[in-house]
Amino acid sequence: MERRVKISYVINFLGVLAVFLLFVLLFESRVFGAATQYIKGICTTACYTIIMVASLNLVVGCMGEFSLGHAGFVSVGAYASAIVSGALTGKGLPDLALFLIALLAGGIAAGITGVMVGIPALRLRGDYLAIVTVAFAEIIRVCFCNFSITGGGKTMSGILKLSDFYWCYWVMAACVAVMYLYIRSKFGRTVKAIREDYIAAAAAGINVTYYKVLTFTVAAFFAGVGGGVYAHYMTAMIPTNFNFMYSAELLSEVIIGGIGSLTGSIIGAAFLSSLPEMMRQFSQYRMLAYSVVLIIVMIFKPGGIFGSWEFSLTRLLRRAEKKEHEKAEGGVKPWKQL
Amino acid sequence: MLEVKNLAVSYGAVKAIHGVSLEVHDGEVVSLIGANGAGKTTILRTISGLKKADDGEIRFDGTDLRKMDPSKIITLKLAHVPEGRHIFPQMTVEENLEMGAFTDRKDMEANMEEVFGRFGRLKERKKQLAGTLSGGEQQMLAVGRALMAKPKMILMDEPSMGLSPLLVKEIFSIIKEVNRKGITVLLVEQNAKMALSISSRAYVMETGKITISGNAGELLRDDRVKKAYLGQ
Ligand SMILES: Nc1ncnc2c1ncn2[C@@H]1O[C@H](COP(=O)(O)OP(=O)(O)OP(=O)(O)O)[C@@H](O)[C@H]1O
Ligand SMILES: [Mg+2]
Repeated sequence: MERRVKISYVINFLGVLAVFLLFVLLFESRVFGAATQYIKGICTTACYTIIMVASLNLVVGCMGEFSLGHAGFVSVGAYASAIVSGALTGKGLPDLALFLIALLAGGIAAGITGVMVGIPALRLRGDYLAIVTVAFAEIIRVCFCNFSITGGGKTMSGILKLSDFYWCYWVMAACVAVMYLYIRSKFGRTVKAIREDYIAAAAAGINVTYYKVLTFTVAAFFAGVGGGVYAHYMTAMIPTNFNFMYSAELLSEVIIGGIGSLTGSIIGAAFLSSLPEMMRQFSQYRMLAYSVVLIIVMIFKPGGIFGSWEFSLTRLLRRAEKKEHEKAEGGVKPWKQL
Repeated sequence: MLEVKNLAVSYGAVKAIHGVSLEVHDGEVVSLIGANGAGKTTILRTISGLKKADDGEIRFDGTDLRKMDPSKIITLKLAHVPEGRHIFPQMTVEENLEMGAFTDRKDMEANMEEVFGRFGRLKERKKQLAGTLSGGEQQMLAVGRALMAKPKMILMDEPSMGLSPLLVKEIFSIIKEVNRKGITVLLVEQNAKMALSISSRAYVMETGKITISGNAGELLRDDRVKKAYLGQ
């Protein structure tokens, strides 16, 4: 068992590395010519959107609660990391270290906000919780509109452009890996149990509030990291970027991809965040397109495109191995019959 | 073992329990019977900490339970099988049982084997999602999950609800067997006859109060009980 787990880690890491090398090859060989920089940018956008959507999926999929205020945590992470990287500029730190410290700061700030919001809000469930999260995100936005350190409602600009795609790819891979392990861990299963049956969970001795707040905080942390990547990619931002529409967009990406499926979140986020870039001329109709996609998915596949299915490289390999095996055996049989 | 004194519980302004006292001794099966809405579930929920009492005393092996969290109370080895079939439908039978050992994962494997030994039907369906079990199997799973906490005492709220007569018999024989292994049981039941037949003592409740109490055998012959709960 132990060995198998270790092997699966190695296999999955190699898979992630292979995808990375594919990107490097594509970009370095300049297949896209002059558009390389532009496409790299789209890929970076996809990276931070994946982090945000996957983290929201922890709340929506794993915990089974609707949060409509995820953009609030994203904005806390974005502003906190921008402030930290701004303060540390010129201290002789290498760019990568500066970037990682800023992201960590953004994550921690958002995580702390997550605790503060989670403790009162998670006493509520369902619709009530959704409404309260909207309110909290609005409060956060209004605060940022009034603090002078965040630009006081005007654009905060001059943020270092640290979000290089190659770095962002690994940040995204690390975030998704940690979230995946969280869902698979005892914590994740406990939260799932709470979602399944609140009373049974409490009767089994699970401290319901603790596990819910913990999951909410982990989700907020990663939303903050995503926000940090966002800030250092955009280099300028305004609190209204993180309004209700942004939260709704993230939520619809979770739902379209598949509630409870990180695979769905990755593919949903990657596709839907690059979609508006691909059809720039129609970008004002983006929300309309989203709504239509959402309605279609809800009618034909209410659990999202991937449902709660997860892609597994190890499973795929095992299956391929089995097929090879069968083929080999199948090849032998007719010969034997002769 | 369990001592409840002058317990008062309310839901908002509505008083559900007024001044209930009861006792369960080590190794006993005690049943609590009464009409719908009498407050039986409320009493069990208050004992296991899921509901807070307004007044009174609850002691388990001398420990005061009133200010304790449910997650702490179960570590004292007092388990609760809630009313209605509360299982985790999207988790396998095995995972459900694992959750029962949430507060004490030591010897979990051995314990699970023991539960499977007692509930053969569950063993066959180990990897099946609990939501796809039949009603009776789900009830057994709920009991099995409570046993995973290695309780000294178990509170059971209408374990026979909605089961066929055959399964009701099976559940009651399981309760008897569990008790024979040394687990004390406080049983809430609508099926008064069956409950009394496996209990040593019983309490009868009416609208938030205990009206009759005594030996199970005596209560089976009591005219008031016969009339109201045994349909004779
Ligand atoms: N969550 C609640 N909010 C308000 N009142 C409640 C709540 N739960 C129970 N009650 C009330 O408390 C009283 C006792 O309910 P309880 O569930 O304890 O009865 P019971 O004896 O278990 O009944 P049954 O045999 O039908 O299960 C009832 O009048 C009920 O309406
Ligand atoms: Mg009841």
